[in-house]
Amino acid sequence: MSYGGIQALRGIDLEVPDGKIVTLIGANGAGKSTTLRTITGLVKAESGSIQWNGEELLGKSIDKIVAAGIAMSPEGRRVFADLTVLENLKLGAYLRKDKAEIEKDLKWVFELFPRLEERSWQSAGTLSGGEQQMLAVGRALMSRPKLMMLDEPSLGLAPLVVQDIFSIIREINRQGVTVLLIEQNANMALKIADLAYVLETGRITMSGTGAELLANEKVKEAYLGKHR
Amino acid sequence: MQYGISILLSGISLGGQYALIAIGYTMVYGILRLINFAHGDVFMAAGLIMVYLSASLPIGAAVPLMILLTVLLGFVIERAAYKPLRSAPRMSVMISAIGVSYLLQNLATYITGGLPQMYPNLPVLSDQITIAGTSTKMVTVITPFLVVALVIALTQLINHTKIGMAMRAASRDFETAQLMGIKINNVISFTFVIGSLLAAVGSALYFTNYPSIVPLSGSLPGLRAFVAAVFGGIGSIPGAVVGAFLIGLSETVIKSSDWSVFSDAFTFALLIIILVVKPTGLFGEKSTDKV
Repeated sequence: MSYGGIQALRGIDLEVPDGKIVTLIGANGAGKSTTLRTITGLVKAESGSIQWNGEELLGKSIDKIVAAGIAMSPEGRRVFADLTVLENLKLGAYLRKDKAEIEKDLKWVFELFPRLEERSWQSAGTLSGGEQQMLAVGRALMSRPKLMMLDEPSLGLAPLVVQDIFSIIREINRQGVTVLLIEQNANMALKIADLAYVLETGRITMSGTGAELLANEKVKEAYLGKHR
Repeated sequence: MQYGISILLSGISLGGQYALIAIGYTMVYGILRLINFAHGDVFMAAGLIMVYLSASLPIGAAVPLMILLTVLLGFVIERAAYKPLRSAPRMSVMISAIGVSYLLQNLATYITGGLPQMYPNLPVLSDQITIAGTSTKMVTVITPFLVVALVIALTQLINHTKIGMAMRAASRDFETAQLMGIKINNVISFTFVIGSLLAAVGSALYFTNYPSIVPLSGSLPGLRAFVAAVFGGIGSIPGAVVGAFLIGLSETVIKSSDWSVFSDAFTFALLIIILVVKPTGLFGEKSTDKV
């Protein structure tokens, strides 16, 4: 638990332990995205505290937060459509100066997503939705984050592609990156999560391991679509 | 025939001068979606700065210092008048820009006392040469080459450097650019620096052809350059350059014909026609060059 806890807005209290996959599930408007946006500094919280390795993140500029090792793949992927795939990935490493290491990470991203290497000279706007999601994840990885936050990576993707993305999220985690995942696809998210929180209208109403919540009747009813 | 060549030459040259102003409009629009109405007045201010600097300094020192001070002016305008309005509606920023424009004009009137200021003779640029039997200033010949060189350098900067990549990213999506660690305010400042630098170079070329400067000297060239930027597709740098050359050429051709008084009428009629028929301009369709 070397990262300490991450505490975010509206009185929610959540913790992202080092090296784990943590997921935050909840309906539209529950405050999931806001939570991530507050951590990255895109949204300024009015009060509270976000601790990162014993360092206060609240009030820091976004670039400082990125430099501290937090990256985000935003909702709706938000790849730079006019830029090439390679340029998108290079932008992920914008704050880094270690050229040799950047090359190494680029190779790593291409290993994770061979499709991106094939298309590295294409402009990102020509990619399919799944490929754009891969690019958004790869771009976030290029900053060599310690914590990777993913906002709805499965949104609007075909089930097979979603499985690909999730297996890669697992792989990234296995290589030592802590993952904070936001999902409406609660089923997929809970299956890979070590720790899960349920967010309802800005408050955390349940927490537990992914398996615990998967088995929980209330969660089943509200988020897994298993009506009796 | 000779007459034709000399008209063509001065048209291209005038177009090049407009291009240097138009790039500033189009780049700022690309990143902030703001029509920077003060840009023409920054161009005028560059001219006045040159007038005052050349009075006390040798030309060799005055020119670089003039460029530096113009860049500083552009930078300060952005920080003082536009940056505080970053999250305000776009209309507010535009009104602020109009305010800056009038501020600069009135400041210039106050400083000059409203009297026309003699523009200094710049070495080489002001020299007379004879081409195809017509005598003209060297600036007419130098401008197109200088403009092409600057545009190539700018294109290289935007397409092949880190800051250029950041500009292209920011011009499409502020928020995601910030998530990459890009400091958006630095990128915007940099855009104003480039725009003002080109306007400063443009002013040295443009005013060499005129005996003097008045506080309103920037507004018409500024407006024509703005029309050029819209003609080419605002947001697109190649568009602004092509548009500026076309506007410069048509203005010169009309001025040398029997309808010379209609040259500006033509330019602004063109603006209306473009906005009605093809609002995205010549190169605006493809959103790729939105810097």
